[in-house]
Amino acid sequence: MNGQRSWFITLMMVVGFAFLYLPILSLIVFSFNESRLVTVWGGFSLKWYAALFRNEEILNAAKLSLLVGVISASVATVIGTLGALALSRFGRFRGRTPFALMLSAPLVMPEVILGLSALLLFVSLKQLIGWPAERGVLTITLAHVVLLTAYVTIVAQSRLTQMDESLEEAAMDLGARPWKVFFVITLPQIAPALLAAWLLAFTLSIDDLVIASFASGPGATTLPMVIYSKVRLGLTPEINALATIVVLLVAAGVISASLILRRRER
Amino acid sequence: MSATNWPQMWFHFFRGLYRQLGVLGREIQGKRGRAVVIGVPLLMMGLFFVLPFVIILKISFSEAELAQPPYTSLWAWAEGGYLTIKLNFSNYLLLWQDDLYLGAYLNSIKIAAISTLFALLLGYPLAYGIARTSKAWRLTLLMLIILPFWTSFLIRIYAWIGLLNNTGVINNALLALGLIDQPLQMIRTDFAVYIGIVYCYLPFMVLPLVATLVRMDQTLLEAAADLGCRPTTAFFKITLPLSMPGIAAGCLLVFIPAIGEFVIPDLLGGPDSVMIGRTLWTEFFTNNDWPLAASVAVAMLAFIVVPTLLFEKVQERQEPAQK
Repeated sequence: MNGQRSWFITLMMVVGFAFLYLPILSLIVFSFNESRLVTVWGGFSLKWYAALFRNEEILNAAKLSLLVGVISASVATVIGTLGALALSRFGRFRGRTPFALMLSAPLVMPEVILGLSALLLFVSLKQLIGWPAERGVLTITLAHVVLLTAYVTIVAQSRLTQMDESLEEAAMDLGARPWKVFFVITLPQIAPALLAAWLLAFTLSIDDLVIASFASGPGATTLPMVIYSKVRLGLTPEINALATIVVLLVAAGVISASLILRRRER
Repeated sequence: MSATNWPQMWFHFFRGLYRQLGVLGREIQGKRGRAVVIGVPLLMMGLFFVLPFVIILKISFSEAELAQPPYTSLWAWAEGGYLTIKLNFSNYLLLWQDDLYLGAYLNSIKIAAISTLFALLLGYPLAYGIARTSKAWRLTLLMLIILPFWTSFLIRIYAWIGLLNNTGVINNALLALGLIDQPLQMIRTDFAVYIGIVYCYLPFMVLPLVATLVRMDQTLLEAAADLGCRPTTAFFKITLPLSMPGIAAGCLLVFIPAIGEFVIPDLLGGPDSVMIGRTLWTEFFTNNDWPLAASVAVAMLAFIVVPTLLFEKVQERQEPAQK
């Protein structure tokens, strides 16, 4: 009986992982396809990669996405760490509940609402004080920071609450100032978690279509916006090539980051 | 200082800067340090997250007009110093009366609920298998579950278009095997939306399930077996009830974002699979009716708040159990 059930579990695991990886695998296989058709095999070719690297529109959008991703992830990491510090180290200060709610609400908010609210804010601000004069990199970045801060706060807070506080208390007893305690004791201990949070924030920003579409202006097009408009028109092997590059970069990044984190934990 | 001594000058400059920072740090420490730690996130989220909701609420009561920006102002100074405030409730009345919007809400809930069920049916055995392997295997398998989550959302949905199309990989394979005579219509159906949601949100289902299943006391199962309980019965009487918190957390983590989903129904769904996120997008980008889009957003929040409060409840109940 037991053997029978573990047979069922093994089968479901094979099915589950096949379900997760076969689509990505087929995407990668057809990026090397000679034929213009995305789903019929016509021989091996690298021509779609060559076409991709000649496509100015995609390259510019990729650069813009990287810029927005790096800035918004970095800003969100700083603000999220401060928020997590307040939530995990300041006890039950007045207004803690609304503060915590405000920092976690963007996690469950549908992206369409976050995007719409950001846009309406920028439009209203422009009416009132004339800033921001034009929607573009800055407005996308600000809208992303809101979402990413929530993710960073969650990651940093869970690390801070796990951490042994006695080291911080000892340093404080020995006369170290709060900021010194943070930079000398706390920060080195939570640094791996913050790196993970930064990576998560960066990928979320790079990947976001909905918020960027709302917050962006005519001049600024991010990579997901380009992919989306191309996908709506139909499948093109160039997108397969782009997807393959993204998948391989992400896999390499995540695997090496987790190896580094695991080595540091030992 | 002589011009030949550039490195030393820079050294002094940076040392001075560093000392100034130290002075600044001492200035804002203690109570003021706390104010900074709380104040910066408060300012950022207050200005860019809370304030916009007030604005959404305001604009949902205005009227659409052909202007820049395309909505009317709520208040105006009338002749003789009167402040007139015009609240336009017609957007909300429209949401309630027009079947399109109510239908879109109900359809969102239906699609999210069915996808959540599928995600549970696929995710539970997967999580069970992962929780019962050795620790080294568990970490690797968990990594394999999370890895697709790090790759682009849009690209994962794009991959499914290639599979589900009428001329896609699955149809081609079935045609070549002679199992079907003409392509199955899979893309642009609700079925494709279910697949897309399950595919994109499966990690959210599996991770909490693995967490509760790993924590479970294995000796209970041994005791049950010793007392002559069959494994299937033991599963339904012991494992399943004990993993309820994980099931609840996983289901809500899939259900909540699935309700507001835009990209998946837009790219995989047909004209019938209208979901509320897609309706908001259309009102805004295609019809340029900002006030209506804002009121759709306000109404949508109500659908998010209830499951989120449920999720908080589940979390609270889970926390004392961990200690």
